[in-house]
Amino acid sequence: MKKFRIPMRYVPISATILVFFAVYLIGIFSFDNFGSPKVFLDLFLDNAYLGIAAIGTALVILTGGIDLSVGSIIAFTSILIAKMVSTGCNAVFAIALALVIGILFGMLQGWLIHCFSLPPFLVTLAGMFFIRGCGFIVSEESIPIQNDPVFNFIQNDLTIKLGKGLNLRFIVILYIVLLIIAIIFSQRTRAGRSIYAIGDNELAATLMGIPVGRTKIMTYTIAGFCSALAGVVYAIYLKAGNPLNCVGLEMDAVAAVVIGGTLLTGGVGYVFGSLFGVLVLGLIQTLIIFDGRINSWWTRIIVGLLVLAFIFMQNLITKISKSKSKSH
Amino acid sequence: MKKFATIVMIAAAAALLATACSKSDSSKIKVGFSQVGAESDWRKASTESIKGEAAKRPNIDLTFSDAQQKQENQIKAIRNFISKGVDVISFSPVVATGFEDVLKEAKEAGIPVVLFDRAVDVSEPGLYVSFIGSDFVEEGRRAGRWVLENVGENANVAELVGTVGSAPAIDRKKGFEEIIKDHPGIKIIKSQSGDFTRAKGKEVMESFLKSPEADQINVLFAHNDDMALGAIQAIEEAGKKPGKDIIIISIDGVKTMFEAILAGKANCTVECNPLIGAQLFDVIEKIQAGETVPARIPSQEGVFDSKNITQEVVDGRKY
Repeated sequence: MKKFRIPMRYVPISATILVFFAVYLIGIFSFDNFGSPKVFLDLFLDNAYLGIAAIGTALVILTGGIDLSVGSIIAFTSILIAKMVSTGCNAVFAIALALVIGILFGMLQGWLIHCFSLPPFLVTLAGMFFIRGCGFIVSEESIPIQNDPVFNFIQNDLTIKLGKGLNLRFIVILYIVLLIIAIIFSQRTRAGRSIYAIGDNELAATLMGIPVGRTKIMTYTIAGFCSALAGVVYAIYLKAGNPLNCVGLEMDAVAAVVIGGTLLTGGVGYVFGSLFGVLVLGLIQTLIIFDGRINSWWTRIIVGLLVLAFIFMQNLITKISKSKSKSH
Repeated sequence: MKKFATIVMIAAAAALLATACSKSDSSKIKVGFSQVGAESDWRKASTESIKGEAAKRPNIDLTFSDAQQKQENQIKAIRNFISKGVDVISFSPVVATGFEDVLKEAKEAGIPVVLFDRAVDVSEPGLYVSFIGSDFVEEGRRAGRWVLENVGENANVAELVGTVGSAPAIDRKKGFEEIIKDHPGIKIIKSQSGDFTRAKGKEVMESFLKSPEADQINVLFAHNDDMALGAIQAIEEAGKKPGKDIIIISIDGVKTMFEAILAGKANCTVECNPLIGAQLFDVIEKIQAGETVPARIPSQEGVFDSKNITQEVVDGRKY
């Protein structure tokens, strides 16, 4: 008698995918138009920036670290781009500058964490305050990006029209492409595997000769890039910048990664899972907006319960795997 | 293990099913409304007014969403209203920028949009049908007119300005000055920001009363009721009679200010009405009936002083 069993390491991500389809089905049965393709596409459009940020967060969490500067970097880069474009600067240059700043900022955070053995929580907390403040130095008020040729080109010409009023926007395509690259990177490259090794056991990784410092700095650099790119996507999405936006977004990204089946202590999980984490968060919000009678704050309550459930599940899995490896 | 995951999922599904149930009725006007949040008493009163009015009207099917003061939530809400297929969308924008794309989408879907209480900054016209909300300049003018009619041609005014740079502070000052500029006897001799709060209002009034011009001040114009209420305390502590030695006029019309007027400690408040739900749904019904509505609709607001405030008015005040 051989029963079909999902390998233990796939259990969390399978659970996430199941939750996603369960919530989706509830929506379809409860509301007209919930099953329309537009709702599904809008999930990607409205959460592309969160998804891109969550890719960076997933990699950082896989090393056993955390990045709290995500939301602030998004706000900073979006207001920087809006300010530069509104003062007549070329949008391509503004976007490039924003990405470079994100990369350098991530690198600096990684360097501080590694070289001084500082806790990632505190370094990125400092980074969060610092860069949020910088956003307000750029501008205290929101700035619209109006009639810019580059932004109009991205909006109008880089959109794939699927017919029936459905559009696959550039930022959605960008997210999917980046996600695929990140999945391949984390699973199929030496640097990607080093991330897992460090998150699983940093000491063992060092003894095996894995370049721990370099890998950590690289991971925070990627995270900085992802946050800055999320900021660019946010600026394209809103056609505006606002230093107040995305307060606490890093926690949504962490929630998406945890719901996506990644262990908060590092070493276990998949970047792919963050996609479903983000989609589940978006879907719950959509469901509550569609209902329109219950208090919108229920979104947060349900997300809180889901995160808790997934942490418990992972705790259980870790215990089971440990007891199995002992019995062998 | 799997059992645990299944239990969690069934529980989540049950919880969601319990809250989400009915499919909509097509004969009703489906309205999607996205509110800023619940950041002040004024905002909460506005939310209550919208929900209460929708419940009163059998032909309205309201989908209400609280953006929790986050623009990203508000955009998601508007986009989902479009997907849901509502007949009219209305919202109070969290900020003025960033709504152009989603408003275009609403326009393409043929859904009229009515702005509520705050305006948006868009580069092309026609993205919304109408904007209902208070006219802050007019509020300032009304305060100015009340001073003219009730104090006369000679007044030395101390002004408690709202938060520097905020639209209500700029516009209320502008409206007030517009009225008094042709009357040289009415002068603003002191003007400073009290940041719309009671504590700052009291503090600034104290400094006014210690200044050399203190004895000349006979009128106080505060940009909101909270600052005026703080100033009343300062005036009393300085040994003067608020409402008599210094005539007090402010804007908002909150319940505590009504009580102060009834007690004779203040003289007038110009209403800035959050209870414009009825007006909103009247406009929405007109739009659905194919009638044209004005692009700018000022809220219905009154001026309250000792002549029209009674105990019943105070008791009936919701906020």
